[in-house]
Amino acid sequence: MADSPQNPKLDQSVPGVSPPVIAPGYNFGQVTEKISNVVLTPYTPWSWLGGFLIAFGIVNVLLLACGWLFLKGTGIWGINIPIGWGFAIINFVWWIGIGHAGTLISAILLLFKQSWRTSINRFAEAMTLFAVVCAGMFPLIHTGRPWLAAYWLLPYPNTMGLWPQFRSPLIWDVFAVSTYFTVSLLFWYTGLIPDVATFRDKAKNPLAKFIYGMMAMGWRGSARHWHRYETAYLLLAGLSTPLVLSVHTVVSWDFSVSVIPGWHATIFPPYFVAGAIYSGFAMVLTLAIPIRAAYNMHDFITDRHLNNMAKVMLATGLIVGYGYLTEAFFGWYSANQYEAFMIKNRAFGPYAVTYWALIFCNIITPQFLWFKKVRAHVPLLFVISLIVNVGMWLERFVIVITSLHRDYVPSSWGMYHPTVWDWATYLGTIGLFVSLMFLFIRLLPMISIFEVRTLLPQAKVKAG
Amino acid sequence: MKPQGTYGVMAQFDTADELVAASRRAYAEGYRKMDAYSPFPIEALDEALGIPHTILPWIVFFGGLFGGMAGYGLEYWTQVIEYPLLVGGKPFHSWPNFIPVWFETTVLGAALSAVVGMLALNGLPQPYHPVFNVESFVDHAQKDKFFLCIESSDPKFSLEESKKFLQGLKPVGVWEVPN
Repeated sequence: MADSPQNPKLDQSVPGVSPPVIAPGYNFGQVTEKISNVVLTPYTPWSWLGGFLIAFGIVNVLLLACGWLFLKGTGIWGINIPIGWGFAIINFVWWIGIGHAGTLISAILLLFKQSWRTSINRFAEAMTLFAVVCAGMFPLIHTGRPWLAAYWLLPYPNTMGLWPQFRSPLIWDVFAVSTYFTVSLLFWYTGLIPDVATFRDKAKNPLAKFIYGMMAMGWRGSARHWHRYETAYLLLAGLSTPLVLSVHTVVSWDFSVSVIPGWHATIFPPYFVAGAIYSGFAMVLTLAIPIRAAYNMHDFITDRHLNNMAKVMLATGLIVGYGYLTEAFFGWYSANQYEAFMIKNRAFGPYAVTYWALIFCNIITPQFLWFKKVRAHVPLLFVISLIVNVGMWLERFVIVITSLHRDYVPSSWGMYHPTVWDWATYLGTIGLFVSLMFLFIRLLPMISIFEVRTLLPQAKVKAG
Repeated sequence: MKPQGTYGVMAQFDTADELVAASRRAYAEGYRKMDAYSPFPIEALDEALGIPHTILPWIVFFGGLFGGMAGYGLEYWTQVIEYPLLVGGKPFHSWPNFIPVWFETTVLGAALSAVVGMLALNGLPQPYHPVFNVESFVDHAQKDKFFLCIESSDPKFSLEESKKFLQGLKPVGVWEVPN
């Protein structure tokens, strides 16, 4: 190790510029108390109850929308021919993209030894899981007949002797998303084991003690266990890194393997991955800012975290902007009249409003993040993150709808208008996501306690 | 495992530094069957306690290999042997199209074997362990204090001698751990 044995407090901050990752003055016990007191208390704040009830009410909207869908079929949605892909695929791509930031924070930043990731990785990973849950709903319900998804999507020996068609990106997507969910869950759970062991030993309530005890599986913090644990954790990070890049690549292939103008482009995989991380970091900021205010976690989620996340958002936002430029350039350079028309139709056709709104949200708004004052201004940062969330949803709307509604032959053109059920399903998944986040914050440590302990100066063992 | 008697003797320390130093001393003294407990991973303990490098990476390697072969095997068997479909004039064994699923199942196999392998090598889940009989261990081991336990299965172990040795390391406390 190359750490200097001088004043450990100086070690924490990068000379001159950045404030420390964790506010100074904490010891192991205080870190443990501060994070676990949010959960290990019989007292549930009214604000939590109120927020959860509102979110849970919206989940019931989702149940209603799905129930009506299963009864009536996809006719209740705005889809038609030629726009066979509507809100279901837009929301699927939006949600799965949001999940990507969690894996980026937990895996890629771990491999790059970015220690600031430590206080935000736990709830970013939770965000990933819940976002993938919301995303996964749409492939299942998008036919209006979810029970058919079993043999359309999954390779299992059925009495009809049918098997999925493995040359289709849609089946690649099934494998990519289900693997992504499983690996994210494993990663999250592995990270939780030492922390729920802390909860097991601290909890007073016998039921809580029992449940955390089962989850901790008898973890006791043995050095031999830590050795294998760290190896497993690092390997999981190494495996998640190519995985997360593959997931949105495969999602983009759902589009780019087809021959629709505006979809059939080689720029799609990197452009989709950058967009995913962009929207994901926006969502992490959207969650982190209110959570840190509500639970007074300013010492762990410091302004440096917000600043760094804003920088990642700016960088990925610029890559996304480059993607838009490339699309426009190829509309002209390909000398293909359909591609050229697609670009023109996007910017000046019937859906021009969504296109320019997307340019405003995704390209213009993040430019404010160049300024340090904006990155340090928390309410402004929150507003920008919300705008980017909206912008990334609009991006998927533009990609899906404007490409499909006018492709080759004008006689087969059409228009798409989402119905109230489209909106209800979308809103419902937001409710589901928020409800799951509320439950997570109340029941599990939202910040990784054992990893924050390693950030304290006392955790550094002097060599020799 | 003995049903009754002593599991070992355990000492508690206030800092990670003291735990590492104590582990080194115990290792130098000739103790091998011992374990250190800390609320976060301490890399220096691996070398201090003489912990050999885990075989987990090999388990993960073979898990990934198995996952990849199973995934590709599934694709080959269903698309070429069991249910050959002509799609876009492509050959039945159109391997470039099989790469994404093969990749995902490789990662899945490797990740599952990393977690299951880690737990299995650690002997988890384990509903009972004697170290939890020490009250201070329950109160502090997962929170803020550091413990070293010399186990009775060590050939050099003697209740009196080992206790005296641990006391010589200036710990916060020393306990006998009942089985």
